[in-house]
Amino acid sequence: MEKRVTFKGWTLPLCLLLPQVAITAVFFFYPAGQAVYQSLFIPDPFGLKSQFVGLGNFNYLLNDPYYRASFATTAVFSGLVTVVSMGIALYLAILADRLIKGAGTYRTLLIWPYAVAPAVAGVLWMFMFNTRVGVVTWYLGLLGYDWNHVLNEGEAMGLVVAASSWGRVSYNFLFFLAGLQAIPKSVIEAAAIDGARFWTRFRTIVWPLLSPTTFFLLVVNVVYAFFETFGVIHTITSGGPQQATTILVYKVFSDGFVGQDLGSSAAQSVILLVVVGLLTVIQFKFIERRVHY
Amino acid sequence: MTLKTLLGAAVSTLALTTGAWAQTEIQWWHAHSGRLGELVDEIASGFNASQGDYVVTPSHKGNYSETLNAGIAAFRAGEQPQLLQVFEVGTATMMAAGGAIKPVYELMEASGIDWDPDAYIGAVKGYYTTADGRMLSMPFNSSTPVLWVNRDALAAAGLDPDMDLSTWEQVETALDALKAAGHACPLTTAWQSWIHLENLSAYHNVPFATQENGFAGLDTELTLNGPVQVKHIQAMGDWARDGKFIYNGRRNEGGASFRAGECAMFTESSAGYAGIKSEAAFDFGVRPLPYWAEVAGAPQNTIIGGASLWVMAGHDDAEYAGTAAFLNYLSSPEVQAKWHQDTGYLPITKAAGELTREQGFYDANPGTDIAVIQMTANEPTANSKGLRLGSFDQIRGIIDEELEAVWAGDKDAQAALDSAVERGNQLLRRFEQANQ
Repeated sequence: MEKRVTFKGWTLPLCLLLPQVAITAVFFFYPAGQAVYQSLFIPDPFGLKSQFVGLGNFNYLLNDPYYRASFATTAVFSGLVTVVSMGIALYLAILADRLIKGAGTYRTLLIWPYAVAPAVAGVLWMFMFNTRVGVVTWYLGLLGYDWNHVLNEGEAMGLVVAASSWGRVSYNFLFFLAGLQAIPKSVIEAAAIDGARFWTRFRTIVWPLLSPTTFFLLVVNVVYAFFETFGVIHTITSGGPQQATTILVYKVFSDGFVGQDLGSSAAQSVILLVVVGLLTVIQFKFIERRVHY
Repeated sequence: MTLKTLLGAAVSTLALTTGAWAQTEIQWWHAHSGRLGELVDEIASGFNASQGDYVVTPSHKGNYSETLNAGIAAFRAGEQPQLLQVFEVGTATMMAAGGAIKPVYELMEASGIDWDPDAYIGAVKGYYTTADGRMLSMPFNSSTPVLWVNRDALAAAGLDPDMDLSTWEQVETALDALKAAGHACPLTTAWQSWIHLENLSAYHNVPFATQENGFAGLDTELTLNGPVQVKHIQAMGDWARDGKFIYNGRRNEGGASFRAGECAMFTESSAGYAGIKSEAAFDFGVRPLPYWAEVAGAPQNTIIGGASLWVMAGHDDAEYAGTAAFLNYLSSPEVQAKWHQDTGYLPITKAAGELTREQGFYDANPGTDIAVIQMTANEPTANSKGLRLGSFDQIRGIIDEELEAVWAGDKDAQAALDSAVERGNQLLRRFEQANQ
């Protein structure tokens, strides 16, 4: 049976809701509404004049092969960032969970990269892999590999994925470790006594019990890859080579703030809003069913 | 009491009150950091010390794109500075924004200062002047591409360091020799679109875009896929394939390699002088930008890059009077000559160039006048006075992408430049629509 708290009358619940509603309205509905409104116009950069074009901006975008390609780039990029950062974090969390000595030190060290801002992380990776002065590039050169992410699309994508995932591993690690430690040891020990090996125990006990954490991280990491990796891409590749790392958010920036094409930029924001909304709905509708709380 | 004393009293009271009042502040937003930022501050403090009515306050607002964005955002919020530095590719954006700017010729006329637009070097001024000869913004830092040479590297490859490198054919011979001698980086470049397409077109007197490169109308279309451009980009692409041209990045990433002595030749702005002089531990030389000897009419003249100062609309008369006084100070031969000698940027007035020569700077620093000569050798034509294209920052991004495809061997020059034209034209049509 569900527990429900019932209020007498409307005043108190409305007052309790008001702060959240007000914040959402000011910081989400108002700007989102502005974006929708602006996406119907082609304004000049200084806001001196503006022309109504209806759905012209959307038409222009969807007919642009580079914009359509940016969807695929975004999918590849966010998929890789999510899988890489969650996979490594889970592996490290399992190892750290089994530690007996020095667990605190390991944990602290593993959490450190999270404190580094994306743009700073981007600059770090950019220097390590700089095509002429990078340390890693130099070592790769000794091995006979000519690293050049400035021209090679695959290497550019690999580099931004690595740089974006790096700081994220720490964040995911924290949640996975907490999730692992919340699993009762008695359950695992009982399985061990029954003769279940590590992999069986992980597959049948740990993974299902960890699923709420995994699901939460999946949603959060996809949103991260979509929106917060801007700094990394801006500092390392600026979307190149040949738009191979131009994800949707980066294109909103480059069209709006480099190209001063605010109409197209607003239309892209609206499309992005719809895409992320759809993704979240899909995640909650289909993946959450497999989650055991 | 005579009328004279009355007037005198009135004038002195006025002077006193102005003195007692705060001085009028002129905000100057610019994009120079590091040593250049210090030099900008020096110019402002020099002006502030020279008179008592106005104070120019320079503030650094990030790189060129960021500074332009800061100015646009500030204008939308009604907080715009009096002076905004805008890079040359933002010129069309600023020109189209009639209500946001105050043209420099208007400002100077209203100020009553004795000001002669013809004192400025034609090739510099032309970029910022309307088709009917009215100067819209004040040229500030202008440069033009030249060829920097590591003389030690040439000698090591068995070449004469003084060899003639005026044409790309001669450069190619040098590249072959360097490659044969096992040199890892015979040639690199900075600002590939600016040097190898925009300047290439002007230098060979072929159009980069229709409508006089955009000077004559917003309905301009790119023509950078002509035979001269295709030939050059294909040659560069072949050099890239053979390891004779090493690509380092879209901006001036190649500069670090050249200054470290890794690259033998380097096409870069004349303003690279300060950095190369302070860092290069080898014997370097500067040459005019090469041209293709087989193209008739070459070399014409190269065009400038850099930035100019735009006066923003919406300020009062006192502020405009101060801005005019400052721009006049900035154009004086002494200030300009110092700026030119400290930075390697071009002098913007003929007098500043002459003063520099009289001071013996060119004799002490051979080659520093090459950029000036290269720009002023011929009277600019419709193809070589500059470019005025909307969304040009983004079009350069497209050109960068397509050129990278050539360097990587994914596309041949013709296909890449055709694609750049098609994609760039779409942006030009958007810009035309936004500014009808």
